[in-house]
Amino acid sequence: MALLEVKNIQKNFGKTEVLKDISFSLEKGEVLAIIGSSGSGKTTLLRCLNFLETPDKGTISVGDKLLIDGADKTTLKDEQIRENRLHFGLVFQNFNLFPQYNVLQNITLAPTLLKKGTTEEIEQNALRLIDQVGLSEKIKAYPCELSGGQQQRVAIARALAMEPEILCFDEPTSALDPELTGEVLRVIKGLKNENSTMIVVTHEMEFAKNVADKVIFMADGIIEEIGTPEQIFENPQSEKTRTFLQNSLESF
Amino acid sequence: MSFLEIFAFLLDGFKISLLIFAVTLLCGAPLGLPIAFCSMSRFKPIRFITKVFVWIIRGVPLMLQIFIIYYVPSLLFGLDIWKRVNLYFTTGNQLSYAGSVIAVLIAFIINYACYFSEIYRGGIESISKGQYEAGYVLGLSKNQVFKNIVLKQVIKRIVPPMSNEIITLIKDTALANCIMVGEIIYKANVLAADKALIWPLFFTGVFYLVFVGLLTIVLGKVEKNLNYFRS
Ligand SMILES: Nc1ncnc2c1ncn2[C@@H]1O[C@H](COP(=O)(O)OP(=O)(O)O)[C@@H](O)[C@H]1O
Ligand SMILES: [Mg+2]
Repeated sequence: MALLEVKNIQKNFGKTEVLKDISFSLEKGEVLAIIGSSGSGKTTLLRCLNFLETPDKGTISVGDKLLIDGADKTTLKDEQIRENRLHFGLVFQNFNLFPQYNVLQNITLAPTLLKKGTTEEIEQNALRLIDQVGLSEKIKAYPCELSGGQQQRVAIARALAMEPEILCFDEPTSALDPELTGEVLRVIKGLKNENSTMIVVTHEMEFAKNVADKVIFMADGIIEEIGTPEQIFENPQSEKTRTFLQNSLESF
Repeated sequence: MSFLEIFAFLLDGFKISLLIFAVTLLCGAPLGLPIAFCSMSRFKPIRFITKVFVWIIRGVPLMLQIFIIYYVPSLLFGLDIWKRVNLYFTTGNQLSYAGSVIAVLIAFIINYACYFSEIYRGGIESISKGQYEAGYVLGLSKNQVFKNIVLKQVIKRIVPPMSNEIITLIKDTALANCIMVGEIIYKANVLAADKALIWPLFFTGVFYLVFVGLLTIVLGKVEKNLNYFRS
């Protein structure tokens, strides 16, 4: 039984159909890479999974629990939404660290407010995560004192501190200078080795090829093609996929 | 009159100025908050009414607002409340102007609450959506996000404009003299007109300068305390 089951998700903003009919599933421990040109709806899909947007149609289930049925027009209660969100974590393109808190505080804030353990447990766990993302030297640093790559690694640790079942990344390296993308991608790769379940929207084709178990190519709000990295990158079936991959190769 | 007598006479006036300053700040600053939230309300009518109200209050001279609050009850409704309060507090020939002070305070509090509300609104709206969303995806509630994530960033952004407004406020208190409230410039004017003394007028400026100097130092400290982060 799949850990995540997304069925027939549709999302419109006014008249624009942004997600047309998205269905896929994800096993525990799998890494899914989502590629596709800008405007194809990748961010919107991640935002639906994290309940920052409500799908107009379709269902999202984790384990055997139905979290949302877009067709059911009774609006979810705030508490229900918050509970649903705990299954997922989201790492943003532009980090969105809390500027007034240092590295440690950024990571402990949510677990503390949500009483995920004693103060010591939460701090111990945070220190372990900081070590895991390689920032033990920077525990007391404020976000403004960190490079983009370091900020993104803190953001990953912050998301991990809530122990989400599925961690989503929205172009985690797009806002970074090229020389800083490596350190962030290495952290994500390290998480794969720990069997984390992840969905990574990315433009780093090499990374998708090497790390993902499954790749989705999105175009115009639909899943144009889905398969293993070998199928998508070596032997794409769709013309659109081929063109996209061709273009993304040329740009380097 | 000796220098000390004149100093005491002016100081009496400055106490009124400080009273208007303090009460306006203590009441106007909190009152600005609900006004700010109304001006950002999801309900269009509330938003509209608040915005029009704020526009009027900020668009019309404060002196006119003082006159309106002072005269409307008596001239429009025949209720001479402010003068009655004045009389009520008058003992012997020591004429009280407590009623007039209350009228001034009402005008000041409403006026400054509107100015403050716009500063708050600007501050709140300047915080990026991403800060809220980063809190939400961690499972925090709207209140938790506002209190623990947004608020301090807002405070940091509003300290400089609030400082300006607070320094303007102490100088605005002089407007109270348009309805004969005995603040410091009123007193200096009495000395000039009745005793032909010019130097108290200049000396009055010293009171303001010293107080503004103190305010500048305190507000500067507050600003510096928030300098440890950038947002
Ligand atoms: N809040 C919104 N309101 C209106 N249109 C939106 C909104 N969010 C995204 N869109 C539109 O949806 C489309 C897909 O956006 P997005 O999901 O960000 O794509 P991607 O992440 O693949 O670049 C774009 O055309 C974008 O303009
Ligand atoms: Mg995007």
